[in-house]
Order: sequence, then structure tokens, then C-alpha cells
Amino acid sequence: MTRSPFGRGAVQGLPFLVIIVPFGALFGVAATEAGLSLTQILAFSSIVIAGASQFAAIQLMVDGTPAAIVVLSALAVNLRMAMYSAALAPHLGPAPAWQRAVIAYLLVDQVYALAQSAYDTETAWSVSDKVGYLIGVALPVFPGWVGATWAGAVLGARVPEGLSLDFAVPLAFLALVGPMLRTRAHVAAAFVSVAGALLLAWMPWNLGLILAALLAMAVGAEVERRT
Amino acid sequence: MSDATVWGIIVALGIGTYAARFAFLGLVGDRPMPPWLLRHLRYTGVAVLPGLVAPLVVWPAATGGEVDPARLLAAAAALGVGYWRKDVIQAVLAGGLTLAAMSWALG
Repeated sequence: MTRSPFGRGAVQGLPFLVIIVPFGALFGVAATEAGLSLTQILAFSSIVIAGASQFAAIQLMVDGTPAAIVVLSALAVNLRMAMYSAALAPHLGPAPAWQRAVIAYLLVDQVYALAQSAYDTETAWSVSDKVGYLIGVALPVFPGWVGATWAGAVLGARVPEGLSLDFAVPLAFLALVGPMLRTRAHVAAAFVSVAGALLLAWMPWNLGLILAALLAMAVGAEVERRT
Repeated sequence: MSDATVWGIIVALGIGTYAARFAFLGLVGDRPMPPWLLRHLRYTGVAVLPGLVAPLVVWPAATGGEVDPARLLAAAAALGVGYWRKDVIQAVLAGGLTLAAMSWALG
């Protein structure tokens, strides 16, 4: 049986609930401990939908950082999403404006990574196929993220000891990277990304990652040009 | 921190994050981009995601930033199986099972 792009997206996006749910629940716990109200916590997860920056913001708020610095630091964590937006524009640019507006709202790391991989391999897809796939992938993300945040905030921390759940998020991202390493150029870019991020980890506001990513993109493009 | 400040942070972060995600999709639309830019953008995923996780793998918060062999091996398993099988789900499982086995073996 051949599935529609939307159906394929939904099937391939579903397993990410395994990562999104514990991550969202942890955010609910952390935000409650930071003193936010339930309404604020749910608004946080549904307006921002960007886990890493939400954790960064909560941490800085607990530390008593001025509000403007909290916002700027957390936004720096999300700068990478402008790169995702640019990378998908050649594929989704012709879609109607309202669809692009909805897609922008749902453009989290996992959704971007799966969509990019699929668009690279399924070169025959029409624009509406591509939109359908992305919406399918994103379908479980929003309710999963907000629902898990709610559960974490209300039920509190009851994570079993010894499960090493802290590592679920890094593993999920690494699992996304493996299938992306299709050419020497991709491998070179990934290598520069890792080396750059580690060497520049001392930079404030997550700027090390942004710089490492720009360097890695330049290296990938250069290797491609020479091969 | 007052209630109003917390709301201000949430709304400002929400607007800024949406602006980042909408920037190119919304404003560039279907205007053609120059080939050199497209060539760079093809590497966005492999340029951002590995760097995002590298510090979390090498200096995990759970061990207080100490290098941890179990987590390094689990990371290698997830990356390797993902590369070999081209399948995200098998890769996550390989990483998770490796970490569980290592934690159990090392007590």
C-alpha cells in the first residue's frame, strides 16, 4: 500500500512523541519550580514551541537575569530556525501564504530535519505533497508538547531513577543526523559543526553554535563545488 | 520576577521565535535565490544539529559535565545506525538500548 505524503509524514513523525513527551514534562516541572503559574507555563509552550530556548529562558529567570537579556539569550538559541526557514523556502516558497504562516509556527528541529531529508530524496513531490508531508510530521508535535508540559506542571517530577532520560534529546538529534550524511560534503559539514561548536562553546548567548553552523555550511558548499 | 515581566518574556520570545521561523519562508516566498546561497542552505541540517548536540554528548549535564563513556558509546550507536540503516527510529532505539545496557553493565 502506498501512503499519501501526509500519511507518511504522520507515521514518521509519531515516534518523536517518545522524545517530545519527557522533554515537555521536564519543562513543565522546571517552570513550576521557577514559580510560573499553570497558565503561564501552557502559554509558554504553545506560543514559543522551542524546548531548548524555553529551558534557557527559565534558567536565566531563576538566576534573576534582567528580562531583556533573558529574551535575547533565548532568541539566540532559536536563530537556527531562521536557517531552517531559509533551507525550506526553495521547496515551500510557492505554497499559499497562509500555509507558509502555519508551517513557520510548527517549524521545530525534528519537523525540519525529517522534511529536509524527505524533500532531498522525493524529488518528484509537488509543492502540495511537500506541505502535506510536513503537516503530517508536525501533527503530533503540538498536542504532544503542550500536553506533556501540562502533565509535568500538574503531576510534578516522577521520573524513574536510572533511566538516563536526560540523554533522550541528544540521541534523538543524533538519530536525525545519521541519515542526512549522504555525501562527503555532508560529512565534512557535520564534522566542522561538531568541532566548531565544541571549540566555540565559551562564547556567550549560544553564538558559538551559530558561528560553527555558518562555517559548516560554507565548508559543505565548498566541498560540493569541488566534487 | 513580577507576573507582568514573566508575560512580557513569554510574548516577546514567542514573537521573536516566530519571526525567525517565518523570515525566509514567508518573505522570500517563491522568489528565486542565487545558486551559491542554495548550495549553502543544502547543508543547514548537518551544520546545525551536530553542533547543537556535541556539547551535550561530550559534557553531559547529568554527570556534572564529566565525559561519560556510556553516553559517548550510545551517541556513536545512534549516529552509526542512523547512517547505516537510514532510519531514524532504528537509530533512536540503538542509542537508547546501548545506553541502557551500558548503565546496567557499569552498575
